[in-house]
Amino acid sequence: MSLTLEQVQRIAHLARIEVSESEALTTQGHLNGIFELIEQMQAVDTRGVEPMAHAQDVSQRLRDDIVSEADRRAAFQAVAPETEAGLYLVPKVIE
Amino acid sequence: MNQWEVVIGIETHAQLATVTKIFSGASTAFGAEPNTQACAVDLALPGVLPVLNKKAVECAIRFGLAIGAEVAQKSVFARKNYFYPDLPKGYQISQMDLPVVVGGNITLQVGQGDKAYEKVVRLTRAHLEEDAGKSLHEDFHGKSGIDLNRAGTPLLEIVSEPDMRSSDEAVAYAKSLHALVRWIGICDGNMQEGSFRCDANVSVRPKGQAEFGTRREIKNLNSFRFLKEAIDFEVQWQINEIEEGRKIQQATVLFDPDSGETRMMRSKEDAHDYRYFPDPDLLPLVISPDWIARVKGELPELPGQMRERFVHELGLSTYDATTLTASQEMAAYFEAAVAIAGKANAKPCANWVMVDLAARLNKDGKELAESPVAAPQLAGLILRIADNTISNNIAKKVFEALWNGEGTTADEVIEKQGLKQITDSSAIEALVDEVLAANQGNVAEFKAGKEKAFNALVGQVMKAAKGKANPQQVNDLLRAKLAG
Repeated sequence: MSLTLEQVQRIAHLARIEVSESEALTTQGHLNGIFELIEQMQAVDTRGVEPMAHAQDVSQRLRDDIVSEADRRAAFQAVAPETEAGLYLVPKVIE
Repeated sequence: MNQWEVVIGIETHAQLATVTKIFSGASTAFGAEPNTQACAVDLALPGVLPVLNKKAVECAIRFGLAIGAEVAQKSVFARKNYFYPDLPKGYQISQMDLPVVVGGNITLQVGQGDKAYEKVVRLTRAHLEEDAGKSLHEDFHGKSGIDLNRAGTPLLEIVSEPDMRSSDEAVAYAKSLHALVRWIGICDGNMQEGSFRCDANVSVRPKGQAEFGTRREIKNLNSFRFLKEAIDFEVQWQINEIEEGRKIQQATVLFDPDSGETRMMRSKEDAHDYRYFPDPDLLPLVISPDWIARVKGELPELPGQMRERFVHELGLSTYDATTLTASQEMAAYFEAAVAIAGKANAKPCANWVMVDLAARLNKDGKELAESPVAAPQLAGLILRIADNTISNNIAKKVFEALWNGEGTTADEVIEKQGLKQITDSSAIEALVDEVLAANQGNVAEFKAGKEKAFNALVGQVMKAAKGKANPQQVNDLLRAKLAG
């Protein structure tokens, strides 16, 4: 399997990364190199092997449901580009 | 319309009843000042890591057990990638391939009275995920305002199979699910505050066709009425499109409650490509059999179990038992009434709760919890009907008096207002004689074979007794006199 230039541009769009025509070509080469590696790995017989969700064979630690975070809005908003009425302001978004 | 079959599946987001977020220790209390409950994790500041809330997991286990599903011993959190300012990380932590709850089903009752029928809706899965923040699009000098208090609030997304065949079935499902999550205490069910919201996947197909039609998904329905209206509109729209020779395109639509219409939000071409992958910040969630067993031991009696008990121990019909277990409040009220009125009066208790009380609450737009007549008061009233102190008709008057606070017990109202039934047969006999003498016309008609004339005479006697005579006694005495 290899990616078309169009697919590379779609992935870039989904990741909100701006790529020029020449960067897209380079990236296409890199990504296809990775796909070749994946193809090699897929040749390995993995029947009976459970898919791995994490590199370490440990399970998630859990936290008790107790409030531990105080209100630090003033500190957080002091470094925000723009705020008003306690809200973070961002370029207008309407879906 | 008749040659079309409607197919509906529902996805529900239930906000879990935790006091902190799913991956941070910030509060989830509703209505706080913007961003005062958004901590570094919720804001996705660099270097923060999520730590899973045990209570949220426990809520998922409770739900899985309550619907007879498999609670996965191992499930995995995944990143669902998309960019929107109310989601500062650039991805939502959710579950994809290995959800925490798999399968299960819910039995619901659709319709009322004689037309009611039972239906089993299968569930596909339920998974844990975090909610996003809120975007406010009012004018902030051409910008949007972001409140991240809701970001990271734990949700259980509950996905049904496409088993529903009408908007009524969809509403019955949503109501059953709503009652269940409240019953087992995992969600407050507050729909105005968005604690329980539904997306409906709707398609139509010619009756008898095996394949499903193309579906459109109606997003974010936060009331049962909107759910019904949106589906009804959408179904009619889809049928019209197909009948006019157009094909349905897969799409996501929004329902506008003001116009009662659905309109397209995005087509399949614009559908999000979320590029799910296991979240490397979170390890697999392992739920031990011990934990599941402990949660099972803590579960309250479930609606289905209670329904069976009402049928077998109290002799109620399945319909009555299902209606009474539609919400925990109603079931508790009914049980409290039966505890006083006795099992022998279970059926009248059921009728009073389901019919008279429900109608009165409805008239005043009140919830059961706000009922001015408490279960022990209603039970006291039912006991007086059972021992013939008052007739059913007078009982309605006493109920109204209790409702209006004209007395604290049925006995007090009956005493104060002199409503006690006349059971002294000589007193009733005197009334019967009076009525017979004054209504010779009706007597003649009855003797000529007109049964209606008899009812008129009963009515006259009851009127003369100001409703306080026992109708059966009046009947018997009249029959005896007329026969004589």
